Amino acid sequence: MYAQLVETGAQTVRTLQEMDPQERAFQGKINAGIKIEAKDWMPEGYRKTLVRQISQHAHSEYVGMLPEANWITRAPTLKRKAILMAKVQDEAGHGLYLYSAVETLGVSRDQTYLDLLSGKAKYSSIFNYPTLTWADIGAIGWLVDGSAIVNQVPICRCSYGPYARAMVRVCKEESFHQRQGFEIMLTLCRGTPEQKQMAQDALNRWWWPSIAMHGPADEQSVNSAQSMAWKIKLHSNDELRQKFIDQTVPQAEFLGLSIPDPDLQWNEARGHYDYGAIDWEDFFNVVRGFGPCNQERLAARNKAWAEGAWFREALQAHAAKQEQRNEQKVA
Amino acid sequence: MNPKLEYLLRLGDNCLVLSQQLAAWCGHGPALEEDLALTNVALDLLGQARLWLSYAGEVEGCGRDEDALAYRRDGFDFRNLLLVEQPNGHYGDTIARQFLFDAWHRHLLAGLSQSSDARIAEIAQKAAKEVRYHVERSAGLMIALGDGTEQSRARMQAALDKLWPYTNEWFESDAVDAHCAAEGLAPAAPSLAAPWRASVDAVLARAMLAMPSYTGHQRGGRQGVHSEHLGHLLTELQFLQRAYPGAQW
Amino acid sequence: MSQSNAHHPALHEWPLWEVFIRSQHGLAHKHVGSLHAVDGASAIQHARDVYTRRNEGVSIWAVRAADVVASSPGDKEALFDASQSKVYRHPTFYPMPEGVKHI
Repeated sequence: MYAQLVETGAQTVRTLQEMDPQERAFQGKINAGIKIEAKDWMPEGYRKTLVRQISQHAHSEYVGMLPEANWITRAPTLKRKAILMAKVQDEAGHGLYLYSAVETLGVSRDQTYLDLLSGKAKYSSIFNYPTLTWADIGAIGWLVDGSAIVNQVPICRCSYGPYARAMVRVCKEESFHQRQGFEIMLTLCRGTPEQKQMAQDALNRWWWPSIAMHGPADEQSVNSAQSMAWKIKLHSNDELRQKFIDQTVPQAEFLGLSIPDPDLQWNEARGHYDYGAIDWEDFFNVVRGFGPCNQERLAARNKAWAEGAWFREALQAHAAKQEQRNEQKVA
Repeated sequence: MNPKLEYLLRLGDNCLVLSQQLAAWCGHGPALEEDLALTNVALDLLGQARLWLSYAGEVEGCGRDEDALAYRRDGFDFRNLLLVEQPNGHYGDTIARQFLFDAWHRHLLAGLSQSSDARIAEIAQKAAKEVRYHVERSAGLMIALGDGTEQSRARMQAALDKLWPYTNEWFESDAVDAHCAAEGLAPAAPSLAAPWRASVDAVLARAMLAMPSYTGHQRGGRQGVHSEHLGHLLTELQFLQRAYPGAQW
Repeated sequence: MSQSNAHHPALHEWPLWEVFIRSQHGLAHKHVGSLHAVDGASAIQHARDVYTRRNEGVSIWAVRAADVVASSPGDKEALFDASQSKVYRHPTFYPMPEGVKHI
């Protein structure tokens, strides 16, 4: 999900025999489940892939604040307002944990952030959709955080120590997010006919983006073999997508909502739900920058950055002055 | 008119309106750490608003809870100070507004912590812990921004000058205030003037900022006479409950 | 600030701090991550907001990342290489002025 279009650059995966001793030792650690840490030797491809994946993940949290923050001032009760603010704040925190993790790989946070602002770096496609009603806030918690959990729990076991540990921290907070979203949907579905309609409308708009968010179908995803060998990617996109669908369909039934997929059906033989064809053209359109909110999201991030420059500079200038004054005192 | 109810609404509405203003910055702050910190302050104030408004509803005794008061009163029934409804502006405007408010809020809560009303004292003691942190933060930022770059100093001076007319209303006594002071419920409004002024003087000196000159004093918020800003703020806050009357959320 | 500083993002960047938290009395401080702040006082404040959501009874240490001295990984008995003592292997925490090539 966060590895959308993150290419390792490796065409084939080398066997242990084909590797030189340093890389063999590195791969051996991974195979044995020993974490790679910031100071360890690592192939440049491993480092580069992680930089791109972790920074994409971090950017997703930061941009992901925006669609939900959109409804903070309009939350329908003070309690919902407080919960939503806490959730969005958590996302800021997740962004921070992940930027911390990527910095251990030798990039500065500002540099990776400038890549986001310029459009060079990507973030999860799901945040390019608009939040049009309060029910969207429920749908995001339920479906988007639900997808994120399915994706993130395995990453707690990935090979790179700082990323795995950041994920453990993130996952602890994430289940509150999903529950909060589901609870909003439940309240709406048990409410007035208009509220139930609001909930159904939100599900209609968020269902397909949420399942596409797990990434292109396995047959379309080339070169994930190297990521798998490096234990950066632990499950295929289709595996995670299937897991998400299987756990979510009964939840929708519980809510009394219908999922907008006429081909959705339990397959007894497979032991999973069959589902309809995903519109990959639409997905790639959004990834390429032509979704409903790509421009707005990037503009918001750029505006905050540009308009905040004076603030960041002033704080730094003051700190420098203080340091000088302290030095003079000691002298 | 119930003076204690009026007073509680003043307390709750200040926190509610200011929290709502700060919440608008969420996701748009100048740095990720700062975004988180400001949202924390907003959450604290929202929590305090809920405590004050819940108590106000109980004192009123008509079955209105925190949401009924927040979502279904019109602007003329709001009792917040004019200062907190002034626009966010740029980040420096927001910090200046916050600093001026925090410096007052801290002295107010110190007084309320001694209230003859046990519930008021309890809420104030809890809030005081949070506001100690707010003061530390906003004072620190005033100093850093005032004594930062020439650009930041100019911005902060302009922000201070613009907000100064709204920093007197809270020291003026009226019937509600006099009653609550007499009953030992709250410190008398004028008694907060000197401590506030001393706190502000100390910070402005370190911030290399000049005390603004007198440009008039604005008042009316506590009596329900607000600026044009409040109406828009309430429209956004109250939309869903107004659009779907009676619905549960 | 000089012209080249103004264009190099890393030089305008708030310094990086490593954060250690003792979450309960009796426990040792544990590394929880990092953040950017202009000085120690801000680093502690931000750490409270980010890593503790301001729970009481918590102790926070913040150390500039550049000041952390770390051992080298490695199985050999040989002396640690002093030049490798920085905590991050990769050389990006020493921003180079614009125009300096091959570094």
